[in-house]
Amino acid sequence: MAQVSLEGIRKVYPNGFKAVKSTSFTIQDGEFVVLVGPSGCGKSTLLRMIAGLEDITEGTLKIGDRVVNNVDPADRDIAMVFQNYALYPHMTVRKNIGYGLKNRGTPASEIAAKVEDAAKMLNLTEYLDRKPAQLSGGQRQRVAMGRAVVRDPALFLFDEPLSNLDAKLRNQMRIEIKALQRRLGTTAVYVTHDQVEAMTMADRIIVLNAGQIEQIGTPTEIYHNPASTFVASFMGAPPMNLIEAEVADQQVRINGYDGLMPAPGSYAGPVTMGIRPEDVELDEQGSVTFRVDILEELGAHRLLHGAIADQPFTVMVNKDHDVQTGETRVTLKPDALRLFDAETGKVL
Amino acid sequence: MKRAGFDNIWLPVALLLPQLMIIGIFFYWPAGWALQSSFFLQDPFGFGSTFVGADNYTSLMGNDQYKRIAWFTVVFSILVTFFSLAIALLLAVKADKVLRGAKTYRTLLMWVYAIAPPVAGFLGILFFDQSTGPMTKFFQMFGWDFKLGVDYNATATAMIIVSVWKQIPVNFIFFLSGLQSIPRSVREAAMIDNRSATGRFWQVTFPLLAPTAFFLLIINITYALFDTFGIIDALMKGEPGNNPMTLVYKVYLDGFRGNDLGGSSAQSVILMVLVLILTVFQFRLVERRIHYT
Ligand SMILES: Nc1ncnc2c1ncn2[C@@H]1O[C@H](COP(=O)(O)OP(=O)(O)OP(=O)(O)O)[C@@H](O)[C@H]1O
Ligand SMILES: [Mg+2]
Repeated sequence: MAQVSLEGIRKVYPNGFKAVKSTSFTIQDGEFVVLVGPSGCGKSTLLRMIAGLEDITEGTLKIGDRVVNNVDPADRDIAMVFQNYALYPHMTVRKNIGYGLKNRGTPASEIAAKVEDAAKMLNLTEYLDRKPAQLSGGQRQRVAMGRAVVRDPALFLFDEPLSNLDAKLRNQMRIEIKALQRRLGTTAVYVTHDQVEAMTMADRIIVLNAGQIEQIGTPTEIYHNPASTFVASFMGAPPMNLIEAEVADQQVRINGYDGLMPAPGSYAGPVTMGIRPEDVELDEQGSVTFRVDILEELGAHRLLHGAIADQPFTVMVNKDHDVQTGETRVTLKPDALRLFDAETGKVL
Repeated sequence: MKRAGFDNIWLPVALLLPQLMIIGIFFYWPAGWALQSSFFLQDPFGFGSTFVGADNYTSLMGNDQYKRIAWFTVVFSILVTFFSLAIALLLAVKADKVLRGAKTYRTLLMWVYAIAPPVAGFLGILFFDQSTGPMTKFFQMFGWDFKLGVDYNATATAMIIVSVWKQIPVNFIFFLSGLQSIPRSVREAAMIDNRSATGRFWQVTFPLLAPTAFFLLIINITYALFDTFGIIDALMKGEPGNNPMTLVYKVYLDGFRGNDLGGSSAQSVILMVLVLILTVFQFRLVERRIHYT
């Protein structure tokens, strides 16, 4: 168990590509941190630098009190679960799980006991003598988990460990991994581009974009107070509505629309206004006209896709609202309005 | 699996015929002929032959020279196979670290493979030439008066070196592509599990390379036994003298130079049996091979 700290970590690949720009953050002991971001934003690169599989171009990486920039992956006291599980195909499940212990000089009897324990914890006992090729995807995933937990490392690293599973199994494993990490109290860094995983598993989320941190915060903070339009549109399904507007005299006016709304804060000038689809209410007396073009049925909810003053807009309503396409009126919850700089996209 | 069937038996037969004819004419017929003539004593001048039963075989078994050649063949094959595999593996491991694409390097090495064995032999002669050969000079530096074609050990050394050199590229290519097909993440997982690079190689990389290595082992034994003929012939410069030779070369020597067709045939039958055993062994093991994916 350990705290992990990154100070000014950068990664430039040998071909000159700057995959991670100067990055600093600290992960508390026992914390579950999720790295999210679009494909190619540098999540894996960052994780692999922590694992020691990739050189750190610049900066200081500490695991516990130790600077580990030049420490061998085997000596960093970490365990990693790979997207394709990376099991040793020629070894049985038992050997796969025990391999790391064996190389650390653990006595055979102790290895056997630990492997049995890990297997019991992960419901793998009956598969211990099989080879990976004889297991289902979900079982392989568990073996990869077993290999990580059996060594009782200071830090777990996960690189999209669930992305090869079907939706049902993914939901189940998500809960199991989180529960396991809670129980063991091991610090964990988890890379994903699935925002449901990010929201449900994380103590804290780090949103990455093009090799840079956009925001660090708890799932609630990230969801309700996105630091930028990027975070606002990346997190949440459907994402936050972003529409062009103008603020003057503490009043917001949506571009192309005449109605006014009270503005949070005291900024004046062009802005991007954000509001979550569930923070909009259908309301006969509403101040804004919303044109519904498409109805999307989600079961518990309905999504109404359309436009406010020709700017695309989505509203989420409860299933028992009866709606038709065409013009309707809505109210935007005033305290749910977020304003972003129209130029930089940063929150105001 | 659904099997496609033919209504007419003659169509498949007709389609197979060219293949069957090639196998028949170029393999079964000469093999049968060799088997038959191995039981006869051929008149050296081609006037008829006498049935002698198993005499050709028994006389081989009692022949010291034949035993010596058989022994040399075993040693030669083991050394050539071992060194060409080991050196190729070493080179492949080193190359794999540096290159991922490896295109140009591969092509360059492949050129050596494109050299015909007799040409390799002649290149060998140049290298081991009595007065100008760099390899001769190299050995002389260590106080070994290297005389190709005269000294038994010198010739044997040259044969082994040239044969190994000729076979390294093909082994290298197979090993390299074998190494590159091991998933990167498996090796990375091993890096986290095992500090020692040597340990990782023998416990993870090499077992995953085993199917390739096994295939190459069979290929290399066959190569050392049969395909080195041209190299041996060239290095011997047509003067067997007391030079070392392999069983295949002896077949040629007795049959075509010595005109002892019966004895030569008996020797080729023995070699055929050897190949048969090797093939059976290969198939049995290949069948039992674990397919990892
Ligand atoms: N060895 C390399 N050499 C050069 N560029 C690389 C190398 N590896 C990755 N990159 C680049 O670095 C960027 C970040 O890659 P990385 O694998 O960290 O992305 P990621 O966020 O994990 O994406 P994904 O969600 O698709 O896995 C990408 O643009 C990628 O093309
Ligand atoms: Mg990735």
